[in-house]
Amino acid sequence: MIQLSANMLYAAFFLYILSAVLFAVSITGSKFKNHKGEENNKAGLFGYTTAILAFAASLTYFVTRWIAVGYAPVSNMFEYTAALGIALGLAFVIIHPIYRNNYLGLFTMPVVMLIIAYASMFPREVQPLIPALQSHWLTIHVITTVLGQGILAIGFVAGLLYLIRVIDFKKTSKKVKGVEFIIYTLVATAAYIGLSFGFGAADYEANFAYINEQGNEAEVAYFLPPLIGPNEGELISEQGMSPLVEVPAFIRSNDLNTVVWSVLAGLLLYGLLRLVLRKPVGGAIQPFVKNVNPQTVDEMSYRAIAIGFPIFTLGGLIFAMIWAQIAWTRFWGWDPKEVWALITFLFYAAYLHLRLSRGWHGEKSAWLCVIGFALIMFNLIFVNLVIAGLHSYA
Amino acid sequence: MEKVKCECGHVNPYGTYLCESCGKPLIEEKSKLANMRYEGVARRSQTYTRTFVDKIWNFFSSVKVGIWIIVVLLLTSSLGTLFPQEMYIPPGENATIYYEQEYGTLGKLYYQLGFHNLYSSWWYMLIIAALGISLVICSLDRVVPLHRALKTQRVTRHEAFLKRQRLFSQTDNAENIDEDMIKAESLLKEKRYKIRKENGNILAEKGRFSRWGPYVNHIGLIIFLIGGMLRFFPEMYLDEHVWVREGEQEVIGGTNGEYFLRNNEFMIELYDEEDEKYQPALERAGGPVVKTYQTSATLLRREAGGTIGSETELAEVKDHDIRVNDPLTFEGFSLYQVDYKLNELSSFTFTLESEEENTDLTDIQFEVDLNDPEDVYEFDNGYRIEILEYFPNFVIDDNREPTTINRIPDNPRIIFEVFPPEADPEEEQGELSLVGIQVNEPLNGENDYTIRMTDVDMVNVTGLTIRKDRTLPIISVGGFIFMIGLVQGSYWHHRRIWIQNRNGRLVLAGHANKNWHGLKKDFKYLSDQTTIPMPVDQSEESSEEENEGVNESHDPTQR
Repeated sequence: MIQLSANMLYAAFFLYILSAVLFAVSITGSKFKNHKGEENNKAGLFGYTTAILAFAASLTYFVTRWIAVGYAPVSNMFEYTAALGIALGLAFVIIHPIYRNNYLGLFTMPVVMLIIAYASMFPREVQPLIPALQSHWLTIHVITTVLGQGILAIGFVAGLLYLIRVIDFKKTSKKVKGVEFIIYTLVATAAYIGLSFGFGAADYEANFAYINEQGNEAEVAYFLPPLIGPNEGELISEQGMSPLVEVPAFIRSNDLNTVVWSVLAGLLLYGLLRLVLRKPVGGAIQPFVKNVNPQTVDEMSYRAIAIGFPIFTLGGLIFAMIWAQIAWTRFWGWDPKEVWALITFLFYAAYLHLRLSRGWHGEKSAWLCVIGFALIMFNLIFVNLVIAGLHSYA
Repeated sequence: MEKVKCECGHVNPYGTYLCESCGKPLIEEKSKLANMRYEGVARRSQTYTRTFVDKIWNFFSSVKVGIWIIVVLLLTSSLGTLFPQEMYIPPGENATIYYEQEYGTLGKLYYQLGFHNLYSSWWYMLIIAALGISLVICSLDRVVPLHRALKTQRVTRHEAFLKRQRLFSQTDNAENIDEDMIKAESLLKEKRYKIRKENGNILAEKGRFSRWGPYVNHIGLIIFLIGGMLRFFPEMYLDEHVWVREGEQEVIGGTNGEYFLRNNEFMIELYDEEDEKYQPALERAGGPVVKTYQTSATLLRREAGGTIGSETELAEVKDHDIRVNDPLTFEGFSLYQVDYKLNELSSFTFTLESEEENTDLTDIQFEVDLNDPEDVYEFDNGYRIEILEYFPNFVIDDNREPTTINRIPDNPRIIFEVFPPEADPEEEQGELSLVGIQVNEPLNGENDYTIRMTDVDMVNVTGLTIRKDRTLPIISVGGFIFMIGLVQGSYWHHRRIWIQNRNGRLVLAGHANKNWHGLKKDFKYLSDQTTIPMPVDQSEESSEEENEGVNESHDPTQR
């Protein structure tokens, strides 16, 4: 069952690639003609159908894993992040028929792929649930939250599309740098996935004996070549090399090493792109999206957020409070994850109020959609992995 | 202030932009499109600006100020997650030194600024209060006039109003105009529009109730905030902790000695390390993973007529296995599984041994309950053992005196005094010895008798949180209303379509508070089935004139 569910996730990943390609064809290859000589490009429809199939595959992954593990598979970083990708895929499947905008498909599919691939970098084994998680509220709270975040993420994708469409890439400006930074972040994530996948396939592991924060001897494992070494580290495995720098004990050196690798590889990839394209990456994408109607995309992102916000609020705050009252004796306890969910809520609330004022439509609003998604990812990754709290389950 | 009479005859409050009835602009505006926010009504905040109260009202009625309050709240909230709050630092740590020790200078600053208790600081409360005030005033300032305007609006709107709608078109000498309008009426009815007619003009409207969504959700939020505030009043909120040893019962705090809880058994269940399903994950965890914490408990209630302090007349109310995620609840109280202690010492069993070989002491065996030791143990063969001093949690204090930290028997020491049958306990002093775990010292010279520990009994102790929160119903109602308002305002949209026959000239206009896309689709539906044309989106036109339709779309017509 677990194997089947894993295979379905792979299948979904490849279907998302196919869907992205088909959407790309629907946009660039509009010269197809049928036997009557009319333009007849069905690639968009095929792209959408493939997106539905991909979603169905990912849903099968979800259901089969649910059956195999015996609880809703949203209990750790792998499961949650994969669910976020699935939710984004679902949100697209729902929103696409309303606006029939192939550009949104072209931009959404790669983001879904990236999220699912990123999820797969976390440990995937079946995890026994600790007592605090043994509740139906796990299912209710987390699935509602992830659906809300998936829909909010559509707002981000549409916002990014809007920015690439309207920003003038010929002049250097803060806006251009901003968009390029977003693209760099996506590229660096891809680089991280590529590196982890590559070294993982080669069974790379370097082990160090080192002195930890408490001054005791301990061991640490590296799955990427150690550029950053642990405190007074000594290589004890066959694989590995001597690190370039050594960091103090209070820093988790292997995690920092992974971050450094991702940043560098991301820079390298992004640099190569710039070298080949000879202009900002966003500027190179712009010609492909010149037919996008900015006002429609703006409304799409607004609608996505207007639809996603109540769902996120229900799952991420209200259901969360009900569960917290049952499991942790109080409905609100200022745990970092709770605070950042509140911040995300407040941020989107501010966005919705700003939409009432003049001058906050279009570009500014698109930037806000991007920041909102950054908050969601921050709360998912940084708050779970770096700020320790009650929600650190990964 | 003077009221303004429109040419249609409606009397509008001072400060009205668009006549509440016919929509004729009463105050000239530069832009090509009418400012449809709040239907162009006169709002108190825009009209009265003289007195101090006006100024306060105006300040808090501004959405811009509201947004600033949200942003300030958001930024300050994030600061509190930089380092853990005081309640999350390891128990027993002293905050005054912990933050500096753990996080250096920044940690010290964090502590000095009071960020370790940020969310209960007066200034954080002040921001939340400001948010509450802003919610009330913003809503009142808008909802009253908006309600009046939407109620007063008439079907035949002034042409100047229609012309300045975002979706607008006019057709001179329209053919089949009467026929089309009849058809449009039934088509719009099909789309579940409510149709009103006047002099052959049509107003089709749908989803007006979604306009009240924001105000409903604001009411919910205010109720929620009030509920949260009530916590600070006594009797509303109870948060206590109780430790109950297995087999014992303790009074439940906050119930005036009426309820007791008996701990029948406390247990911890671990995941089976042999279980194939979990093996890889358990290996990664590097240790056992807990499956269940459970207290099998019985709730007891003092019978009517029983006096406080007497535990004899207790009636069993119910049995419940208290687990994480499954508290025991009764009469608004909840008991939660939050803590435990395994293998706490509960009793020692001793025997007495003598240096002289022919003394038979086999009968002498006694058990000391470490939570409630007896003072004297007497035996049939005349021996008598007294407990002179008992230290449940023994330490030597700063004055080099033996003492106890608390009443919990974590490190018990007992000073025994032994009297053989021939001794007179009134007159003589017996042999003294200090006994504890792996401790047995004579205190007054060589002893003929030795007290020997032969058995130790231990129990598990469960730690429960007692919680009563009377604010929960209010908070739940607030949250529920908030969600209703949010859904009402987000998933329905207010749309209006005006179709007018001005002597053979067909005038068409539309307005949506959001989801213009949906409104356009409805127009498309009309134009597909009749000769009524698609209206023009005037905002696209105007913005394209400005800068090719991209960078900034000044869209004054939202809401």
